[in-house]
Amino acid sequence: MEEVFQDIIIKHSDDYIINMGPQHPSTHGVLRFELCLLGETVKYIIPHCGYIHRGIEKMCEKNTYQQIIHLTDRFDYLSAHMNNEAVCLAVENALEVEVPERVKYIRTILAELNRIASHQLWWCAFGMDLGALTTFFYGLRDREYILDIFEESFGSRLLHSFNYPGGLMHDLHPNFQQKVKDFIKYFRKKLPEYDQLLTGNIIFQQRSIGMGYMSKEDAISYGVTGPSGRGSGFKCDVRKHHPYSAYSKVDFKEILYTEGDTFARYKARIDEMWESMNIIEQLIDNIPAGDYTAKMKPIIKLPVGDYFQRVETARGELGCYIVSDGNKNPLRVKFRTPNFSNLFIINKIASGNKIADLVAISGSLDLVIPDIDR
Amino acid sequence: MDLNIYDFTSFTKWVDTALNSVMSPGWTMLVELVIVGIVFIAAYAVIGLYLVLAERKVCAIIQNRQGPNRVGPFGLFQTIADLFKLLGKELISIKNADQFLFNLAPFILIIASFMAIAALPFAKGLHAIDLNIGIFYMFAVSSLGVIGILLAGWSSNSKYSLIGAIRSGAQVVSYELSVGLALLSVVIFSGSMQLSTIVESQANGWWIIKGHIPALIAFIIFLIAGTAETNRGPFDLAEAESELTAGFHTEYSGIKFAFFFLAEYMNMFIVAAIASTVFLGGWMPFHLGGFESLNHVMDFIPPVIWFFGKTAFVIFIMMWIKWTFPRLRIDQLLKLEWKYLLPLNLMNIVLIAFIVLMGWYIK
Repeated sequence: MEEVFQDIIIKHSDDYIINMGPQHPSTHGVLRFELCLLGETVKYIIPHCGYIHRGIEKMCEKNTYQQIIHLTDRFDYLSAHMNNEAVCLAVENALEVEVPERVKYIRTILAELNRIASHQLWWCAFGMDLGALTTFFYGLRDREYILDIFEESFGSRLLHSFNYPGGLMHDLHPNFQQKVKDFIKYFRKKLPEYDQLLTGNIIFQQRSIGMGYMSKEDAISYGVTGPSGRGSGFKCDVRKHHPYSAYSKVDFKEILYTEGDTFARYKARIDEMWESMNIIEQLIDNIPAGDYTAKMKPIIKLPVGDYFQRVETARGELGCYIVSDGNKNPLRVKFRTPNFSNLFIINKIASGNKIADLVAISGSLDLVIPDIDR
Repeated sequence: MDLNIYDFTSFTKWVDTALNSVMSPGWTMLVELVIVGIVFIAAYAVIGLYLVLAERKVCAIIQNRQGPNRVGPFGLFQTIADLFKLLGKELISIKNADQFLFNLAPFILIIASFMAIAALPFAKGLHAIDLNIGIFYMFAVSSLGVIGILLAGWSSNSKYSLIGAIRSGAQVVSYELSVGLALLSVVIFSGSMQLSTIVESQANGWWIIKGHIPALIAFIIFLIAGTAETNRGPFDLAEAESELTAGFHTEYSGIKFAFFFLAEYMNMFIVAAIASTVFLGGWMPFHLGGFESLNHVMDFIPPVIWFFGKTAFVIFIMMWIKWTFPRLRIDQLLKLEWKYLLPLNLMNIVLIAFIVLMGWYIK
């Protein structure tokens, strides 16, 4: 009980309140932190979300399962592929459709490419939060390669809606395998540059090591997943513990750090980029031949019941819960998005630190605001 | 120095006598003041605008980009176009702001940097005023700028601005000490506070070479503290766009914002110019005692080019640091000054005094 009471914020009328957001460079979108300051020190933080709420879950009830795919892109737009995958897998499991092996392999490769692209953008933005402006261009330079691959194969760079219940929209571009191999070769050379520019920097280390400590118990009780949770030693990698698609066929390790500070969360993401490259390398040469989609009816009607599927996005665990009454539209859809849970630990780990640390800590949680509001 | 082709003293004397021959001494004084003022305003604007462009180009190279390249060849007129854009912008007035102080603040910053630029020796005989306490004057004037920053933060009636101003106050007051003590080391070496004498004393080698390790330490400390005093990255806590949006100048728009922007770059120029004057010989060509032929060849490069070349080198180092390093936190910033730089600096001063006393530097 004592733990719980610590989280209760007591407001006073003479608090020095400052609103960080909804338009602020380091909240990465329309999020508002209500800060109480004591000089430079932050006394408490109240996150206010909902500025970009679009009612995606409600819209899902009016749409067919094929149409829902396009809505799921829009919450965590940086891991659009994984979001699509959650709905697709849920629908496929409900219909008990066995998708071809080729689809599973391609989905895994694309998810890992998407994860690398997402972590690259996070690295850009995290450097910016700390005042190292050059990181932004280093990260975007490399991310461009992945987006070009996506553009060639799916026709869009960010919100590609390439997954489809039962398989994929269409087959891969013939250049895909070669381009991905080229990218891996290129990025294996470029990723050490990230360490040279930022990780080894003494100012960066002083600002991140020991800052924003999150214990494993906190991570579990707040439901902090993804690299943020794994930086605290919380084993929560869905790919490892509840494998889906082709993850059971590849050999990879779950990145775990036990320090629980900003630096551990940072290292976890950098290491995940290495690990994603390993996964892609194991799969890219072995994509089996076959159909790019299973045989599906044009109108999908799920049997009555409720279905749940979770996937690991770049930010943590995404759960997709579908209740069906047998119609072509779902009765209710609920998404458990990772950022919503990750956000609310901010008061616990950042209060008592300086404003600059709050920016660094919220950066290390890798928040994507539309994912919080949906 | 037998080579006097680049000596500006004869030119200024000629102007003075020519003016004296046509008007009374009082009028001569007035005309000379106006000429010097116009020259400095023009130089100020040109240097400031092109430093902004230089920064954008340097950061573009560091960040694998092209940089501005549309307006004019290589984007040379980009900042001039920006200036005209800023001139055309609306001056937003803030409700409940202290209007008088709000409008005054950018001018204080500009005036402070103007006063500092007046005492810089650009070449032999090419300085507006050669005070016998030149270093002391520089040191005093360059710290006036913080008043403008504090006023801007206070009068804006914005919490972000106020935090930026408080940070800036704490920062500048702390780093003044290191700037002063680092300059004092060269005052001990050369035995004078007059900038022209300091430059002349480097005729047989710059102080950073003649004073070897202690002078190098003082130079590095001056660079760090000077960067901090001008509120530039990695010490740009007063602006800190990821924390305070824009710090003390959040609420300023149009030409008032341009004043802050220009003053920031001019302060950088002044710090670099002082560093090059005091440690790198100012307009003095690269001389080494004993190598007469080398010294003679070096004399053919005009002093103005030496001065601006060295200043540009120091400015490049400052830009390089800004675009590679993350920002410090306020407590780390103060810790760096009070726990590391200041004690090191004081020990360095004692060391230099001892070295000068024993005559162990290169004469």
